[in-house]
Amino acid sequence: MGKLYDQLAEDVRLEEGLNACMNCGMCTAICPAAEFYEYDPRRIADMVQKKDDAIIEDLLKSETIWYCGQCMSCKTRCPRGNAPGFIIQALRKLSIKMGYFTCSEKGRQQFALKRTIGENILKHGYCVSPKLVTPWMHPEQGPMWEWYYSNVEGVMARLGGNYQQDGAGTMRKIRQEDLDELKSIFDTTGGTEMYEAIERFSEQKAKEMGVDFENGDYFNLVYHTNSQNED
Amino acid sequence: MEQELGKNAVWANYQKDIADDHYYYCRSCIRQAFLPGSERMFLHIVGNVLGKDIYDDPKHTTCTGIAYHSDLVPQETTATVIARHFALMTEAGYENMAISCITSFGLYTEILETWKEHPEEEEKVRDYLWKATRREFKIPKNIAHTSDIIFHFRHQIAEKATRRLVDVNGNPLKVVDHIGCHYAKLFPSKGVGGAEFPYVLAGMVDAWGGQQVDYPERRHCCGFGFRNYLVMANRGYSVANSHKKLESMKPYQPDLIVANCPGCAMFLDRWQYTIEQMEGKTYGANGQGIPVLTYEEMAGLVLGYNPWDLGMQLHQIDVEPLLLKMGIDYNPAGKHELGARQLTIPTLK
Repeated sequence: MGKLYDQLAEDVRLEEGLNACMNCGMCTAICPAAEFYEYDPRRIADMVQKKDDAIIEDLLKSETIWYCGQCMSCKTRCPRGNAPGFIIQALRKLSIKMGYFTCSEKGRQQFALKRTIGENILKHGYCVSPKLVTPWMHPEQGPMWEWYYSNVEGVMARLGGNYQQDGAGTMRKIRQEDLDELKSIFDTTGGTEMYEAIERFSEQKAKEMGVDFENGDYFNLVYHTNSQNED
Repeated sequence: MEQELGKNAVWANYQKDIADDHYYYCRSCIRQAFLPGSERMFLHIVGNVLGKDIYDDPKHTTCTGIAYHSDLVPQETTATVIARHFALMTEAGYENMAISCITSFGLYTEILETWKEHPEEEEKVRDYLWKATRREFKIPKNIAHTSDIIFHFRHQIAEKATRRLVDVNGNPLKVVDHIGCHYAKLFPSKGVGGAEFPYVLAGMVDAWGGQQVDYPERRHCCGFGFRNYLVMANRGYSVANSHKKLESMKPYQPDLIVANCPGCAMFLDRWQYTIEQMEGKTYGANGQGIPVLTYEEMAGLVLGYNPWDLGMQLHQIDVEPLLLKMGIDYNPAGKHELGARQLTIPTLK
């Protein structure tokens, strides 16, 4: 049993997600990611259950582990109750810990996710809030969203919200003491460490690629680049 | 008769226990941001129309679910944030949780199921929570998604309703549903109808006079896929999956889509706009899109509420053709009204 596999096996999701996969391929048949990407969850399960460190290292550095959308359709259909989606979660966590996520274009996107969703949690207490969804980053939201985005306070008031105000209610301001508790939980449970690993390895990668890290160039690169569209 | 009893006995296995009263409310980040009207209407329907006790706690925060499924935070972090919510519920004197986000609902369930299989994980999280916040918690007695609760009271809502899901001629509206993946795909026994026979929304449609319509890709993901939407480079995945669903439902000519996941409701709405922009293709009648409703919007319409009080002006796909089809007397000029306004309470039966 190799060292990387040992680390993977520490993740309870691996134990819950992988038990004697028989390679039937039901997960691949139902998987939305397999339909639109070169992605095969059956193959991922089979590779991991070989417990071979060289294979696992390749996976941790690959594009393929970042395709899964974690809908967990695989868990419903697996005749053995396995969940390749859980295996993916364990692989991605280890990929970030080892810094291997920066080896792939899809893996490097963790930096953009951390800078948006990740930071919003600790700043505002929400994963998503209206002002995070800027029309220029989200043109698919359409003209209605542009109107809403420009009039958030008025729309929220119209619909009974309590936007950025004290007290209970929709999209209220999360109190500083509650944000402090969230930060304390992150510090205690490894959340902060994971954020720091994403920042540290991303900065190293930006330097290696000769892309400015501080002025937003690296963010824009990882947020926008899809080289599969260029094929 | 025997066969009928057998069917009923089998169907009993696809039901879940849903608490009758006294709920601790867990808000959804996505729903508050995109569908604030539905957040308000859920509390209004449960608290004022049905007369139940529900507590909206200002101390409640995100569960971190979107970050968790974007692989930004470890499971221990998310589990401890959820344990803090259990602690807040315990401190407020409640035992039943009403969770308005499907991602959160799936995660609360996943954490509790993990603790059943791995009690050492629960002990670890109790220790983390104490160290981080000095809080302690009891396990909730009942966990329900907010759609479970509206389903639970669907017949009481029907009794109070002044409208039905019918057109001006009394013909039932054709309704397709979409169930958020994390409602029952992770743990089928936690959803009404399980993962294969979704009934939580179809049950409302049946009770309120509509016609539920099956379609081949009913169980397919809307395509959110977390990182597959949140990063612009990946959004082809997201729109492609919604496209697959929309193509599948189009031949059945649905009047509306109802979804129980805030993200799914938003995506199925926005991707119709995108597909129209990209390909000029629409999925509804007369070159229009298919309106995508939340179950609170659907409930609010049958209870006689003003569509603009329900927040239906925040749809990208225009709902006005549906309102006209239902014969609802509404004020088109009120659609873009801004600023605080008292909720207009209709006369109920």
